[in-house]
Amino acid sequence: MQASDHPEPSDPMKSGAFERNTEWLRGDGDACDVVMSSRVRLARNLAGFPFTSQASEIDQHQVLEACKSRILSMPIEDESQVMWVDLHDSKRDDRLLLVERQLMSRQHAKGKRSDGSGGTDSPRGLAVLLPDERMSVMVNEEDHLRMQVVRSGFALESCLHEINTLDDAIEEGIDYAYDARFGYLTACPTNVGTGLRLSVMMHLPGLALSGELEKVRNAACDMGLAVRGFYGEGSESAGDFYQVSNQTTLGKSDEMLLREMETEIIPRVIGYERHARSKMLKEQDTVLRDRVHRAVGTLRHARLMKVDEAMELLSLARLGVLTGVVEGIDLGVIHTLMLQVQPAHLQKTLGLELTQQQRRSARAEIIRGRLGNG
Amino acid sequence: MRCHECQEHEATFHEVVIHHGKKIERHLCEHCAREAGISNDPHMPISQLISSYMMGQNLSIPKVGRNDQPAPKTPRSSPACVGCGLTFSKFKSTGLLGCSACYATFADRIGPMIERAHEGGCSHIGKVPKRALCELKNTPDQSRLQSLLGDARQREERLEQLRAMLAKSVQAEDYEQAAMFRDELTRLSTLAGSQIEPSPKGNRAAMNEESSRTS
Repeated sequence: MQASDHPEPSDPMKSGAFERNTEWLRGDGDACDVVMSSRVRLARNLAGFPFTSQASEIDQHQVLEACKSRILSMPIEDESQVMWVDLHDSKRDDRLLLVERQLMSRQHAKGKRSDGSGGTDSPRGLAVLLPDERMSVMVNEEDHLRMQVVRSGFALESCLHEINTLDDAIEEGIDYAYDARFGYLTACPTNVGTGLRLSVMMHLPGLALSGELEKVRNAACDMGLAVRGFYGEGSESAGDFYQVSNQTTLGKSDEMLLREMETEIIPRVIGYERHARSKMLKEQDTVLRDRVHRAVGTLRHARLMKVDEAMELLSLARLGVLTGVVEGIDLGVIHTLMLQVQPAHLQKTLGLELTQQQRRSARAEIIRGRLGNG
Repeated sequence: MRCHECQEHEATFHEVVIHHGKKIERHLCEHCAREAGISNDPHMPISQLISSYMMGQNLSIPKVGRNDQPAPKTPRSSPACVGCGLTFSKFKSTGLLGCSACYATFADRIGPMIERAHEGGCSHIGKVPKRALCELKNTPDQSRLQSLLGDARQREERLEQLRAMLAKSVQAEDYEQAAMFRDELTRLSTLAGSQIEPSPKGNRAAMNEESSRTS
């Protein structure tokens, strides 16, 4: 893959990336009734440079150039190509679009780090593997490199395998900051060691409706896991979608962390959610039907819709489809809408600057258009 | 010059401190200097002298065992990281270290915190940069070996730790985890090549125990 093969950084979205569905919303794979997607993240830093928050602008530019040229010179599979975005030269709406597609963090979009340093002009970039967007690499976030691999459904093992290949390929041309005792060195000591975060995005409406979510949340915390919202750290849950991930990165190898998540913790949560759903169908069938049909009714008829409300209703509609309570709605449409209702996507689809009221109206219209009956 | 304190004796102790950009001078006689807990102790360790000087503190050494001595005015503060200039107080406020060298600079203070954050994990198990390791195999370099795998003592400590964890897993009849520790032991032993020998006793004994339990 050569640098010339990717779109101009000034308009990274001209390939129409926003119109496609991302890998994490494909909605298939193992246990996809509960696990929307699996994601594996590695944090790495370049040896010989201060971490991003202490690095001078010259250092940040050097890190950016080194990583960019390394990433763009890596061999990749046939059909795919790498899109590179120089975020310091990008438009705000495009950055938000990339956040909504879960290709980078909000923090990286703003360029501001948790210590308050940096800003939108900070030298930083993002590489995305197209067309399925299953791989992305943030450069000069809190760590020099934050790479992720996402797969639809419960597929942590294949994500881990793939990210290790990516990690090795990058390391072919870059020396990582590594220490015999602490492993891969990271800006925040909570990521030191493997620098690995395994997470799954779970759809848990059954547990939410039966009021057992808090129990799961507490149990997960006891097992050393973090439960976060739809857009990761610091975000609220939207429509009962939660990201569950490991917190420990030191003293356990990749395989050990994978095993804990894949064979112990997550299958148990999947079991709880399925049990809650089937229990509701048996014991509270009318309540479930009422909730689902109200949601679908609102989606099909509302004229103004906020994004949080849309996510909540789409979540219930998804539950309805999976439990067989509603028919005639394609799961794929629900997944597409989950992305299309997000503010930057809405703006991009319509190609206009909209007021809040106009956005709500446009959102409701798009949903009605996709779900019919409006 | 007379002592600023008693105004009687000749001042033999002269101290100039720049505090918040203001120059503060103190001229005391030997008696009053001692009373104020100030000493011109010729045996003060050079490192302490330098760090006091660098931190802009006065050179007071509190006398131990004297209740009437004032406590040191400034708390113990560690020097900034030589690699990036980060101070420990800045790390405390942001939670971010500044560079690789910070891990060594603040080792004493972040070590326990790291251990808590990782549920007792205090040293890395798992992946080592692949290419760096390959290069090491082709061209053995002692200092590179140390940076990737630690010195002989550290490597032995890690092997010891792994053996203990392996034994614990076997005891808990978690054979899948035991196998992972065994693989890690084998890997770590072979990585360092002839530099270190795996301890066949600990490793084998544990695995024998495992096979006898499973059979």
